[in-house]
Amino acid sequence: MEGIRPLLVEAYFSSLQGGDFAVEIDLKLIRNTLVVKISGELDLLVSEKLRREIDSKIQSQQVKNLVLNLEKVSFIDSSGLGVIIGRYKRMNAGNGRMYIVGASPAVEKILIFSGINKLVPLYRSEQDIINI
Amino acid sequence: MNVKNYVRFEFKSLAENVSFARSCVAAFATQLDLTLEDIEEIKVVVSEAVSNCIIHAYENRCNEKIVVLVSIMDDRSLEIVVEDQGKGIEDIEKAIEPAFSSDSSRTGLGFTFMKSYMDEMEVFSQPGEGTTVRLKRHFRKKEQEAYA
Repeated sequence: MEGIRPLLVEAYFSSLQGGDFAVEIDLKLIRNTLVVKISGELDLLVSEKLRREIDSKIQSQQVKNLVLNLEKVSFIDSSGLGVIIGRYKRMNAGNGRMYIVGASPAVEKILIFSGINKLVPLYRSEQDIINI
Repeated sequence: MNVKNYVRFEFKSLAENVSFARSCVAAFATQLDLTLEDIEEIKVVVSEAVSNCIIHAYENRCNEKIVVLVSIMDDRSLEIVVEDQGKGIEDIEKAIEPAFSSDSSRTGLGFTFMKSYMDEMEVFSQPGEGTTVRLKRHFRKKEQEAYA
């Protein structure tokens, strides 16, 4: 047990550096497009928070389109994918559009594996969407 | 086959602990001299298995227990076992189908990720008696990969 404890402590503190304790969600409405910048790990805990914040904004503002900026997202799992799919359905139901920008190679791999990229286009940056 | 090293830890079924579980297993697995991609895949696998315990096994109850056992075997394989004492799975074959979920708001991709990123997956479960998910992956030495 003595030999294991330092490993566990180190693992715990390294998880804090990029984990949900460091998550930030920034929402900005530009005309009728909600731009959501997320930083941290998009897992079960963060997904719930993200879902609530986006839905609250959609309900209170005139949001037609949604842009998820994942430049600072270091991890995503199926909980994060679930939030993305749920928001896509919501935008689609209102004839709006949704885009994902800035996914890292590791995050993009998960998005492509799940097939989400066939529903929600992936772009390198927000500038690329403006140029559409 | 001998267990070269292992770590076993348990924690409350809180969403806050999923990140810790990922980091703990990833940190332990670095003994195998893995690539960054390998580590990322292991983190996804652990995240999915532990999240399943919280969401499905315990239905988001936060005072339950999840146990994770990670072993490094003599042949450079990594075994991850995730156990819960939750409600169990009635139909395991159906549960591991891609995009199946008992919760319509979920993607149902948890087991799909686990199967894809690991070489072996076994699920042991009975209704009312909890679930054990055993996952195994074999890692070749890096110089072997260069000649593959």
